[in-house]
Order: sequence, then structure tokens, then C-alpha cells
Amino acid sequence: MKTAALITMLLANGVVIAMAGYFFWRVLRSGPPDEVDEEKANFPRGG
Amino acid sequence: MSKENWGSRVGLVLAMAGNAVGLGNFLRFPAQAIQNGGGAFIIPYLTCFLLMGLPLLFVEWSMGRYGGKYGDHSTPFILNNISGGRALWKYVGVFGIFTNLAVAAYYCYLESWTLAYVWRSVSGAFTGYDSMAVSQMFTDYVSLGTAEPIVFWLICLLLNTWILSRGLAGGVEVAAKVGMPMLIFFGIFLAIRGITLKEGVDGAIYPGTEGLNFLWTPQFDSIWDFKVWLAAAGQVFFTLSVGMGSIQCYASYLRQRDDVALNAMSAGWMNEFVEVVLGAAILIPISVGYLGVERVIEMTQTGGLGLGFRTLPYLFQQWGPILAALAGMAWFGLLFFAGITSSLAMGTPVMGFLRDEFGWKREHAAWVFGGLTLLLGAPTVFFFQYGVFDEYDYWAGSVSLVVFAMLEIILFAWIFGMDKGWAEITRNADIRVPIAYKYIIKYITPIILIIVFVGSLLGEGGILAKIANKDIYAALEKATDPVEIAELKKKHLFVNASRWLLVAVFAFIAYLVWLADRKRKREGYIPVIRND
Repeated sequence: MKTAALITMLLANGVVIAMAGYFFWRVLRSGPPDEVDEEKANFPRGG
Repeated sequence: MSKENWGSRVGLVLAMAGNAVGLGNFLRFPAQAIQNGGGAFIIPYLTCFLLMGLPLLFVEWSMGRYGGKYGDHSTPFILNNISGGRALWKYVGVFGIFTNLAVAAYYCYLESWTLAYVWRSVSGAFTGYDSMAVSQMFTDYVSLGTAEPIVFWLICLLLNTWILSRGLAGGVEVAAKVGMPMLIFFGIFLAIRGITLKEGVDGAIYPGTEGLNFLWTPQFDSIWDFKVWLAAAGQVFFTLSVGMGSIQCYASYLRQRDDVALNAMSAGWMNEFVEVVLGAAILIPISVGYLGVERVIEMTQTGGLGLGFRTLPYLFQQWGPILAALAGMAWFGLLFFAGITSSLAMGTPVMGFLRDEFGWKREHAAWVFGGLTLLLGAPTVFFFQYGVFDEYDYWAGSVSLVVFAMLEIILFAWIFGMDKGWAEITRNADIRVPIAYKYIIKYITPIILIIVFVGSLLGEGGILAKIANKDIYAALEKATDPVEIAELKKKHLFVNASRWLLVAVFAFIAYLVWLADRKRKREGYIPVIRND
């Protein structure tokens, strides 16, 4: 394969794979958001 | 009002990525890259992704979650909310239902081709035929020479309807969790086979790397060509499924404490992975390996559909019966999964609208969507040869998207206001979105979209030329054969009729929105605000 084509392909694929992998890993790593406490939300202390 | 939620975050991201990943990732992207400078295309392409694609994803995800807060799951009333109740915007939002319905109408038919071709590959229907015969099989298929296309089309419609009737978590999400990994697995298998193709082995006249050389060798002159930038912007636009209304609908089922920034980033980049890494490594390396560069350039001038359906099944036959069956199953299987995860996303906004505004049950809404898709899709199936399919694709699958995206970003950045808009994008975000995007969304993305719109309005194959039917008249002027003239006149009739049909569908949805609005006012509609 020609050097210029190889470099372009590796760069483009590298960037895309790294970004897709990183953001998907972040999605997998981040847990679900905190549950809303219905009791506190509806009947706040002192309210 | 529907109170559905996504079952899991991974399921949501896969469903959103599945919505974006379509047949275009494997058929349109390589053809566009070939026609626009090979390796140099990737520079304008990724630039447009960063300056137009990602901003639109942020905007549409945020609009959806914002709409969901007020119980709205389709764009007419999401846009109505965001505009602060300005009447006109809910009619702009009609695009977000119309596009999904009209695109689903022909897309499900396209999807059914892939299913039929999986069956043909596995059953050895291409074995022993030469390239002309395999190509003719496709012509016969779309000419409805047998009942097979109708059967597979109905199977596809039923499958879509059934999955949609099972809801988001139980249907769409399950389909995405099965479909996306399968698609990537099939894609990797074919990419390895394509790249490792050897000259002189299995009838290949060039190695697989010849196609990669052709695709990735940068021609930096093309970077200064405005047309290349326009093509790159168009490709980014269509590959992400922005401007359709389906992203807003999916995001409207998020809980208010859910993130949109990281989810949007992840789904967007996953689509890029499928397009740039897998999409570039299958069709072109295999085709160039057998046909050579010149022939492939010629064949991709009208897109990648011909290569995908007419040529690849024949080329796979050169690999022996078992590998040919496996490769055919993988190729058309991945196209099928890419298709169905997108068509399911098209059903959800239509169902969301019917459920929100008219109180329909999920199952009823799904079956009505299936029925409408059948009715509206029938002309594309039965009058395919008269250009009805292409007409739907052009007006609903191209023009409507650009118009809607241009208007929605103006609404979000300039009417809703960028300060409020930025607060929506970054609310509960699991990543830090670069502040530059606040200004990109406000200034750069709308300008790019206006340029794309003006670019698609003018020119030889532009909207204005299309409205005037210049291509048909030019063909009529050249034609001398009475049979050909009669066929062209018939095409002219069907093309115009399909346009009026689409206009009527748009007007009917606008009427339903008007009815829904009147119903809301009559009943003194007070939204149940979700703070979950």
C-alpha cells in the first residue's frame, strides 16, 4: 500500500476508533443517575 | 400521555447509533469518498462532522429531553414548547413526523431487499450465474417479476410493526442490542476478507489494498473544491439522521436527570466508526479487487446501490460456495440490521404523536404506523421503475431533512436562546462540552446549513431544476424511439403524482397537528412536568 494512503487511513481510522471507543467506554463506566427521592421531592423538610 | 422510558443507557446509545447507522454508511459513504478526492475527502468530512454533525446532535438530544419534560414526544409540540408557544413552529415540527413516515415508506422496501438477498445468498440462488445474470436478477427483482419482493416487503413491515408494538425497552432497545453487535461483527468479517484479498487468488485481478490505496490516497487539490465540501456536509448530514425528528423523539423518553452530551457524543462517534472504519473497508476494496479502479469510479457515479446489490453477490461467488453464502449473509445481513434499526426509529415519532395527542395505545399506534407505511410505500414498490422511489428519497429523505435542520437550529440558537440552549446541553452532562460549541451552534452550524440548503437549491441537479423536471425534459428532447418517449411521459406523470401525494401527506399531518392543538386548547391542556 502507498505510504500516503496508509498514513491517511491509519490517522483517520485511529482518530475515529479512539473517539468511538473512549466515549462508549465512558458510557459503560458511568453508572445510572441518582434516583429521585419521591418523598423528599414531594414533601421537602420544613415545607 | 405515554410514560415510557429506556431500559438501560447502553440500550439507548445503541438504539441512537442504530438510528444513525443505515445503508448509507456502507453504500453512500464509499461512493462519496471515491467521487470527491479519495483520502482528502476525510478532512472536509470530519471537519463537517465536528462543526455541523455534533452540534446538531447536541441540539436534537437537548430538544428531545426538554420536550419530554412536558410530555411531548414528537417535534410539532416539542418545537411549540421551545419557541414559547409561537404557532408557526408547531407546523415546522410537522417535518419531524412527515419525514419519518415518508422515508419509512420506501426505506422498509429497501430493507426488504436486504432480507431477500440474505435468503438468496444462503439458498445459493446466485451460484453458477455470470455477472450479467446476477445483475439482471436485481432488475427482475425490482420489476416485480415474481411475488418474492412483495412477500419480503410484507415480512419487513410486519417485523417493524411487531417490534414497535413491544415498546422502547422491550422492542426497539432489544433490536438495537442484537442488531448493532451483529452488524459490527459482520462488518469486521467482510472488512478483513476485503483487505486481505490477494491478486490472482479467487479470481481477483488486484489485491484488496488497491481499493484502499484508491480510497485513501489524498488528493489535496480537492480540499479547495467547494463541491467536495458540499458533498462532505451532505454525507455527514444524512449519515447522522439529523433533521428527521427521530433523535428528538428517542431523547424525549430520557429522564430529566439523564445526560445528553456524552450520549450524543457516543452515538455520533459510533456511527463514524461504522462508516469510516467498516464502511470504507468492504465495498471498495472488494469491488476494485475484481473490477479495477476505472470501472468502480464509473459504477459509483450514481451511488453504491448498484455495486452493493448487482455486483457484490457475483463477486462473492468467486470465493467458493460456502464462503460466498457466508459473505452474502454477512453483507446483506449487516445492511438489514443497519436498515431495521433506522426504520424502527422512524416509527417512534409517528407513534409518539398519536399516543400523546389522541391517547392511542402503543399497539394501536404501531399497527397504524405499519398500515400507513404499507399504503404510502405501495407506490414505491409498484411504480419503482417510474422513479417514485427516487422521488420519495429526494424530497423526504434529502430536502426535508436540510430544511428542518436549518430551521430547528435557528429556533434553538436564536429564538430559544443560546444561553438557555447551552444550559440544556450541559445540564447533568457526564462530560465537559467544550465552550466553543456554544458559539459553533449559534453561528457556524446555521451558516453551514444555510450554505448546504442554498447549494442544494441551485445547480444542475438542484431543487429548482428538480421541480421543473429538467432531467425528464432533457431526456425527452434526446429521445427518438416512440416507446422510450411514451415511458418518459409515464415517468413524468408518476413523478408529479408522487410529489403531490407527499404534499398531501404533509398537509394531512399539519391538519392533525391543528386538530391536536385545538383539542389541547379545548380541554385546557396542562402538561404534567417530569422532574425525574
